[in-house]
Amino acid sequence: MPSLFEKIWASHVVVPESDDTPAVLYIDLHLLHEVTTPQAFDLLRAEGLPVRRPDRCLATLDHSTPTVPVKTLKDLEIVSEPSAAKQVRQMEKNCKDFHIELRGFASRDRGIVHVMGPELGATHPGATIVCGDSHTSTHGAFGALAFGIGTTEVGHVLATQCLLQRKPKTLAINLAGKMPAEVTAKDLILKIIGTIGVGGGTGHVIEYRGAAISALSMEERMTVCNMSIEAGARAGMIAPDDTTYQYTAGRPLAPQGAAWDEAVKRWRMLPSDAGAKFDKEASLDVSKLKPMVTFGTNPGMVISIDEAVPSDGDPAFRKALAYMQVEAGKPMLGKLVDVVFIGSCTNGRLSDIREAARILRGRHVDKRVRLLVVPGSEDVKRQAEAEGLDEVVRAAGGEWREPGCSMCIGMNGDTVPSGKLSVSTSNRNFEGRQGTGARTVLASPLTAAAAAVKGAITDPRDLVG
Amino acid sequence: MEPIKDIRSRTVVLPNDDIDTDQIIPARFLTTTTKQGLGKNLFNDWRYGKDGRELPDFVLNKPENRGASVLVGGNNFGCGSSREHAPWALLDFGIRAVVSTAIADIFRSNSLKNGLLPVIVDAKTHRWLLDNPGAEVRVDLETTSLEANGKRVTFPIDRFSRYCLMNGVDQLGFLLERRDAITRYEQAHA
Repeated sequence: MPSLFEKIWASHVVVPESDDTPAVLYIDLHLLHEVTTPQAFDLLRAEGLPVRRPDRCLATLDHSTPTVPVKTLKDLEIVSEPSAAKQVRQMEKNCKDFHIELRGFASRDRGIVHVMGPELGATHPGATIVCGDSHTSTHGAFGALAFGIGTTEVGHVLATQCLLQRKPKTLAINLAGKMPAEVTAKDLILKIIGTIGVGGGTGHVIEYRGAAISALSMEERMTVCNMSIEAGARAGMIAPDDTTYQYTAGRPLAPQGAAWDEAVKRWRMLPSDAGAKFDKEASLDVSKLKPMVTFGTNPGMVISIDEAVPSDGDPAFRKALAYMQVEAGKPMLGKLVDVVFIGSCTNGRLSDIREAARILRGRHVDKRVRLLVVPGSEDVKRQAEAEGLDEVVRAAGGEWREPGCSMCIGMNGDTVPSGKLSVSTSNRNFEGRQGTGARTVLASPLTAAAAAVKGAITDPRDLVG
Repeated sequence: MEPIKDIRSRTVVLPNDDIDTDQIIPARFLTTTTKQGLGKNLFNDWRYGKDGRELPDFVLNKPENRGASVLVGGNNFGCGSSREHAPWALLDFGIRAVVSTAIADIFRSNSLKNGLLPVIVDAKTHRWLLDNPGAEVRVDLETTSLEANGKRVTFPIDRFSRYCLMNGVDQLGFLLERRDAITRYEQAHA
């Protein structure tokens, strides 16, 4: 009675593990970006090795790229830090030298790697997917085993299309009940992380299960799986179902015609068998869930929007509150906001921008706030513009930018000034994550847009509906 | 990679729980294309003031901690991003082992591939190490144990990783030797 994870693991073992050696695990899809790959390509050059399967690589530029328009590499020199521009140029050279197609500035496909993969139909149920990026867990939303790796392992996959892996443990998170209106997948995953803790998933692959998960759209499932790593999990996954197949059908890199029918037949065998055993289980009823906001310096320090900041005598906890300039016993509601960022691999898809637009339409951003809306990919940008969402953002006084990771990681010049408070739809509120001294509150696109309009942390349910 | 048998050093203690890789090496230093020279930006935003000068109160800046190569961190060390720049920065600075009650998966995997030893100890041993900064310790790979305070506790490490570390073996070589099996797998799954 194997679980979804066990079925995928078993079908990708090239050499089984033993006491002395880890398993050799085959990797179906390798996602690549400019930040975590240069040293891996250097290793291949030093060893005189080719890339074994360039056809199984999907490469793009996302982390250190500017979000103002770039048409040529010469433009890049003007808008970027020299080191960031060099990294982008190096990626172009590496892909060219090793015969990997790069979806770069000239491509209509370019985007944050975890937004681009699914929308191209490259992310398949039952596949093993890796990337030198911890948010690779996003692709688990399709019933894939997808996880982040380091640069040395990027080199291993480039050279052999395989990884040396010990089999992780499994954690089932059962989510019962129906989510209230105006409560989003982001609120759900923040609640889960707050419940099991930022180390609660360490050593485990999470399978999210239950009625509340089945009811989610693919984009919502991606938001949930994306932040599995913030609970320390190796990966997060959701069983594929008709929602998955409907999303994937017809996309450019999805199987087509008879191959599609064959694939769906195979994929239908993937969900965990009834009675599948997990190493650990946790349960949560989502029917009373509220919008969530973080108050501290990791994603597990999170409360419902109407709660007060908790107190704790631990010095590190007090240090986190001091850094965030929040007080135990006081609410987060009403705290003044300087910057709002809507985007990232967590919440930079079309549905996220639509959600934000529900609040921004016909309203104006508070004068104290800088609002940055960064679509997750060129495709998201085109679709949003076709719906006029860019105009909604601009009319509200927000900036509508080019796709990329942008202010989630602040590598491209899009940063939050020191001491300023940002409400962000991204995934990490670590100290300095969005810029040195920046204070980050993680929230859903609805809550972020509400904060932009009011200039303060606001319950989005007061502004919609 | 140089073979590692054991590491003897004083400890330097950073007691914070959940030290994430953004603290170990902030993202703005990841626009590099090499592994070298990251040590100067290790814990950059905790280590330097706004003027770029070292903050004298930060533990790594204290004269008595210079040269210590065993870092004792709080619980759940190395969480967050997959950046291998984190172990590269620690090693470049001179840290050769990290001790905690829990070490995040990707950071741990990255560390093992670069010769930085992730040492997971029980809560009691950890408490003693936190309370006794500067203690002389020995991390021994032969016996997979940490010696401190006249006691010896073992720590978990995958046998294969231990073999590679002790013999200076690169894991890629092991994978490359399995090319025939990989080809057979690809043919069977084409």
